[in-house]
Amino acid sequence: MSTLASLAAETSTSTGEAAQFWVLGPIALLGGLGTVLMRRAVYSALCLAGTMVILALFYLANGAYFLGMVQIVVYTGAVMMLFLFVLMLVGVSSTDSLKETLKGQRLLAAACALGLGLLLVAGIGQASTGSFTGLAQANSEGNVQGLASLLFTRYVVAFEVTGVLLTIAAVGATLMTHRERLERAKSQREQAEARIRENKHVPPLPAPGVYARHNAVDLPGLLPDGTPSELTVNPTLRARGQVREVHQEALAAVRALEQRTNRHHGRAETPGEPGEGGANGANGVNGKGVGAGSDDEGAVTDAEEARK
Amino acid sequence: MIGLLVGAPLLGAAVLLVGGRFLERVGHWVATALAAVSLVLAATLFFDMLGREGEDRALHQHLFSWIPVADFQADVAFRLDQLSMTFVLLITSVGTLIHLYSIGYMEHDPRRRRFFAYLNLFLAAMLLLVLADNYLLLYVGWEGVGLASFLLIGFWQHKPSAATAAKKAFVVNRVGDVGLAIAVMLMFTTFGSFAFEPVLAGANETGEGTLTAIGLMLLLAACGKSAQVPLQSWLGDAMEGPTPVSALIHAATMVTAGVYLITRSGAIFNGAPDAQTVVIVVGAVTLLFGAIVGCAKDDIKKALAGSTMSQIGYMMLATGLGPVGYVFAIMHLVTHGFFKAGLFLGAGSVMHGMNDEVDMRRYGGLRKYMPITFVTFGLAYLAIIGFPYLSGYFSKDEIIYAGFSKGGAEGWILGGVMLLGAALTAYYMTRIMLLTFFGEKRWQPDAQGHEPHPHESPLSMTIPMMVLAVGSVGAGFFFDQGEAFVHWLEPVTGLGHGDSPVSHGTVALAATGVMLLGVAGAWWQYGRRPVEAVAPSGRWITRAARRDLLQDDFNHAVLVRPGNYLTRGLVYLDHKLVDGVVNGTAASFGGLSGRLRRVQNGFARTYAVSMFGGAAVLVAATLLMRAV
Amino acid sequence: MSPENYLYLSALLFTLGAAGVLLRRNAIVVFMCVELMLNAANLALVTFSRMHGNLDGQILAFFVMVVAAAEVVVGLAIIVTVYRSRHSASVDDASLMKL
Repeated sequence: MSTLASLAAETSTSTGEAAQFWVLGPIALLGGLGTVLMRRAVYSALCLAGTMVILALFYLANGAYFLGMVQIVVYTGAVMMLFLFVLMLVGVSSTDSLKETLKGQRLLAAACALGLGLLLVAGIGQASTGSFTGLAQANSEGNVQGLASLLFTRYVVAFEVTGVLLTIAAVGATLMTHRERLERAKSQREQAEARIRENKHVPPLPAPGVYARHNAVDLPGLLPDGTPSELTVNPTLRARGQVREVHQEALAAVRALEQRTNRHHGRAETPGEPGEGGANGANGVNGKGVGAGSDDEGAVTDAEEARK
Repeated sequence: MIGLLVGAPLLGAAVLLVGGRFLERVGHWVATALAAVSLVLAATLFFDMLGREGEDRALHQHLFSWIPVADFQADVAFRLDQLSMTFVLLITSVGTLIHLYSIGYMEHDPRRRRFFAYLNLFLAAMLLLVLADNYLLLYVGWEGVGLASFLLIGFWQHKPSAATAAKKAFVVNRVGDVGLAIAVMLMFTTFGSFAFEPVLAGANETGEGTLTAIGLMLLLAACGKSAQVPLQSWLGDAMEGPTPVSALIHAATMVTAGVYLITRSGAIFNGAPDAQTVVIVVGAVTLLFGAIVGCAKDDIKKALAGSTMSQIGYMMLATGLGPVGYVFAIMHLVTHGFFKAGLFLGAGSVMHGMNDEVDMRRYGGLRKYMPITFVTFGLAYLAIIGFPYLSGYFSKDEIIYAGFSKGGAEGWILGGVMLLGAALTAYYMTRIMLLTFFGEKRWQPDAQGHEPHPHESPLSMTIPMMVLAVGSVGAGFFFDQGEAFVHWLEPVTGLGHGDSPVSHGTVALAATGVMLLGVAGAWWQYGRRPVEAVAPSGRWITRAARRDLLQDDFNHAVLVRPGNYLTRGLVYLDHKLVDGVVNGTAASFGGLSGRLRRVQNGFARTYAVSMFGGAAVLVAATLLMRAV
Repeated sequence: MSPENYLYLSALLFTLGAAGVLLRRNAIVVFMCVELMLNAANLALVTFSRMHGNLDGQILAFFVMVVAAAEVVVGLAIIVTVYRSRHSASVDDASLMKL
């Protein structure tokens, strides 16, 4: 602590601090860039967490020891975990398309960001004096004590108000995400009885996956006639639209197999089946498995085009 | 006490209108009782007044300040002097009798409670009108009676004719009311007050021009309310209302409000001879107009309405003569109130017995079937035609005498016109009498095939008729005892004496003579031989008179059609010019916003860009300011 | 080295965050970019505190953190609610507020 204290007390910066800045500064920038550019939100979150940790170090270097700790505990610890939690809730696998859909948005955004950045840099350059005071006197009784004495004297009202704000935020968030259960949850026994009474899906639901090749939970199982059964996929995945439409690959593969067999036997080709996904079937023939991610992306772009 | 006079019927109206079905069974009795309360109060006040000497008889009561705004002081204040007292007695007594009559007449009407509520409302408004101590409060009463009249004429609103008649009466009355409004405004600018005393006292020191303007506006108001030419057209149609309404409002009381207004404003008219001349002309013209219309109508109520118009013409003419005539105008008003109400109630009784048939050519010989109605109607008839020593004889002869005393050629003309009117009165009244009660029966089944069975009306209807008949017979004689009525009213209206070229006796003789002539004429036409059940087409004058002397055609041609054209033109202008400008402005703004709204595309990120752009501009501005 | 370098870094991070807010569609990522901007501002505040030799800047940064925490809580709750009803976390999908 004493070394740290002496660090920011100086009226000039040490070489060590300069080295730290020039090493960590670019990493922080990279983290920021990553936050903006990563296609998967989880990666964005991790990049942001990294930047925050580096910022915490910079706080320490600047003599804000309390804030540095708070930064790590509150931001990287609590807030970022909250972000990740929500990301998991919303669906971790979903990736964003970075294709811009709003006309001129990218150009305008770039212009704005560049303009703002240049202006800020210019402003800082204009205001720079070259010398600074340092926190030696302010931190003489300890950073935490100094902050506390300010917080509980001059800023006590603001402090109280933010306390109220936090309470309100907590209550508000609870209210917003809370869903009233209107009826009693059915017990397992009651569910089973209801199923028997309705005489629908009396046995357990069919399992996902086909042909033992794809047994992932997001792959619908195929019925004997080759059509996919929605029931085999977890309703949550269905709701998120994360069901892979693998049945077309399978169907195409079967069709291709029949075709090859026919060719081998020298039979006339059966007239083109009115399959639902001829193009996708061709993909399957070429052996280019359509991955879940690109499938989703395709769906997203389709939707976007429809919107336009 | 005076406030209670107005308050009792007002309370009745409120209770009956709000009270709901609970009052269905007793409502009419409540209304009648409250009218009777007013009558008793009025009688008490009257005897109280008699106990005091001439100058002290007027009572003032200041109830509360109504609109106190700087110089604009309008109070709710009452003034009960001899003139008001006369009216109050007439209104409450005739009103109570007609309430009583209506109990029988409206017995089978499902909306009887409402009818009585309106009757009470009318009583309250009319009493307010004659008791008000200033013109503004009088205006309230004036509009109140107009409203009650509208509601009662259109009481059988399911009949399109009744609804139209109510609307017509309302619209025509509005024209007159505008006159009163302007007169009140003129008074305020001229005298700085509405109250009778300052206005009437100030009239002596005001220029003739202003007084003439006020007078003419008051006359316009009086014409509207009293159905005088040129605003006479509504009265005939107003007979669509129930007969008790015709008797109370459109014969005895409300239509005489114009006479009251002019008499009350006597000081103004005394200072404006031109306005007085116009009043005389209006009165004289209406007198003949109503009489001629009355001669031609076959509808018993419309014939009586013409008669009413004519009789009010007499009163109007008398008020135009100034102090010479005021007293006799009011006297004729009171006697007319009795006998005309009696005639209307008689007509109602006849209609009641004849399945609501109104065509006199389908009556005939009813005297055997309705003896009481016949006798009371006959007495009222004798009174109106001026049979010696009955009511009309005294009041009308005095007016004719006053006309002669105008002096010079005018006097002769006025006297002549009024004598002609008297002859016509005798003619059309005798005609009604003969067609209704004499000759053989000409009844026909009505549209539903019901043969009428004429019968005498119930006691609740005949008693009022009897009382009114007594009034018709005795009122004039009573008033004339030692010139009682003249002395009674003199402190309020003043009394003038003109020098007539003919004596009282001569006038009385002449009036009786022309009356006999009229009766004889009517008998010659309708008494000698059986009357046709269907009216003959008649000569042009008869046809014109049947159409109310083309009053509606005149109004239509002169007012309605140009008004329509004007409106159409204005509508065209409004559509093309005003709307064009307005819509053009709106359209240009709409187009502009249509383009501007593309900025609002709903995407939060677009808004964010503009926000950041704004922030960048702000930073730039700050830096620029620092640099400068 | 001058502490002003921290300010330049802060300006750059802020700009990056702003660009992210403008460009990304995933509401959660947009939200993270907002956090990045807040952090950049905090870095500037802390640096100011050091340059001026008093702790008011740090106090301000502290309040920014508190408010940011509250904001995160409410914001994420909103995102969850919207996601629940619309099955989408895209800010462009909620574009109904237009004519």
